[in-house]
Amino acid sequence: MREFGYQRAQDVSDAVALLDADTDARFLAGGTNLVDLMKTGVERPGRLVDIRSLPLDRVESTPDGGLRVGATVTNGDLAAHPEVRRRYPVLAQAVLAGASGQLRTMATLGGNLLQRTRCAYFTDTTLPCNKRRPGSGCPAVRGEHHNHAVLGASDHCVAVHPSDLAVALAALDAVVHYETADGPGDLPLGRFYLPVDDTPHRETALPAGALVTGVTLPPAPVAARSRYRKVRERASYAFAIGSIAAALDVRDGVVRDVRLAYGAVASRPWRARAAERALTGAPADAASFAAAADAELAAARPLPHNGYKVTLMRNLTVAVLTELAEEAAR
Amino acid sequence: MALPTSSVITLNVNGEPRTLPVDHRTTLLDALRERLDLTGTKKGCDHGQCGACTVLLDGRRAVSCLHLAVAAEGREITTVEGLADGGRLHPVQQAFLDLDGYQCGYCTPGQICSAVGVLREHAEGWPSAVTGDLRPEAGPPELTPEEIRERMSGNLCRCGAYNAIVEAVAHAADSTSAAPAADTEEAVA
Repeated sequence: MREFGYQRAQDVSDAVALLDADTDARFLAGGTNLVDLMKTGVERPGRLVDIRSLPLDRVESTPDGGLRVGATVTNGDLAAHPEVRRRYPVLAQAVLAGASGQLRTMATLGGNLLQRTRCAYFTDTTLPCNKRRPGSGCPAVRGEHHNHAVLGASDHCVAVHPSDLAVALAALDAVVHYETADGPGDLPLGRFYLPVDDTPHRETALPAGALVTGVTLPPAPVAARSRYRKVRERASYAFAIGSIAAALDVRDGVVRDVRLAYGAVASRPWRARAAERALTGAPADAASFAAAADAELAAARPLPHNGYKVTLMRNLTVAVLTELAEEAAR
Repeated sequence: MALPTSSVITLNVNGEPRTLPVDHRTTLLDALRERLDLTGTKKGCDHGQCGACTVLLDGRRAVSCLHLAVAAEGREITTVEGLADGGRLHPVQQAFLDLDGYQCGYCTPGQICSAVGVLREHAEGWPSAVTGDLRPEAGPPELTPEEIRERMSGNLCRCGAYNAIVEAVAHAADSTSAAPAADTEEAVA
């Protein structure tokens, strides 16, 4: 590991000033991804600015009935928060489906959004990777890619975003807040992550040196009936091979409102807007749910070894929406 | 001017301040084991994937291999060496002994620290991924074997002693919830 300087930021403006003055610096919060990447040599910062003790650790109700979650709220505290569990069960479930208990107590909201892919070519510095070393190539396209992207990928990168939490945030229309040396800014989650194109090393629309300060969840009555389901290769403590965040409002057997986002199928949480359009106003039955999934997955471009994900996501969509519709009918 | 790449820090470990110089690259795990002679905490994968290095930070479980020692300054660090109350083992330690919650023992300190964290999280009403009803009104779920397995899934045991580990955690949960509350003891005193 490269040697580095360490400083604790005194406040948010101090933090962004320290990073603004040094392009070789990184923010440190929980460290569960960054410290690991420093051990493997993927990240080689010359300075760490520790932001963990900044006053960004609160979950607060907004006047309109939403929630504002600070960037250093840990995953453990977020999933345990009574208002998150009450108003946004899909978010609590997504967080609880990720990592392990002793990682969730360390990992923070901001770090979760900015964590890097677990693609084995990205994490092995002896191999080419367009995300790690732009222009060096993507061995995954012809190599080991059974857990890689089927939606929105390019020939330059087929890695998936590993977060569960961000999938729920995508379904909930969350807005990310950040601070830079030039002032604050906001990014809706739908524009937070950039398309892959030929620049897989550019992952977010955050300005250089920006500090994520929190996320606002707008009020979402539809989320009262919501669910996160994650499929993985063991029963617990593994990254998804496919996941879904869903919220459904059914009246008189008809879909009034629906939110759908897919995880582990793209370089970013994948909001399934084509499926949502197909479902709104449709009968809340298995045929509609399957047709909606097909509408979304028509854009899928599977690789030789990950075609199963298209079937998996179709089945997940039908299963989870059917469950939510049955609960609504009770 | 180049920033210093090492610092003199004071770590609060098992209730005692311990001052030491550290290279900033030092993890809390390596500081505990190699610098403070607290070798109860074990190094397994060193990448946060096995749970052998689990300690308690301010009462919450954490993997010490992904925590920089310099960033742990100001936190209350509890290792497996700090769980016993004088000569009396912590109820979780006693349960692992009584119910053979191990085979080779290498993962055991991490399992025990993790279980102590699990019991506190459960007592505070934290749900898990297998909790059916997440609404706070539903109250904390019963600590069934399924709940314990999910909550302890961050601690791998290559010997596969999981059955006895689950029994030990369940037993410790029963014995700690049956213990008299602090205010009762005060009332008696």
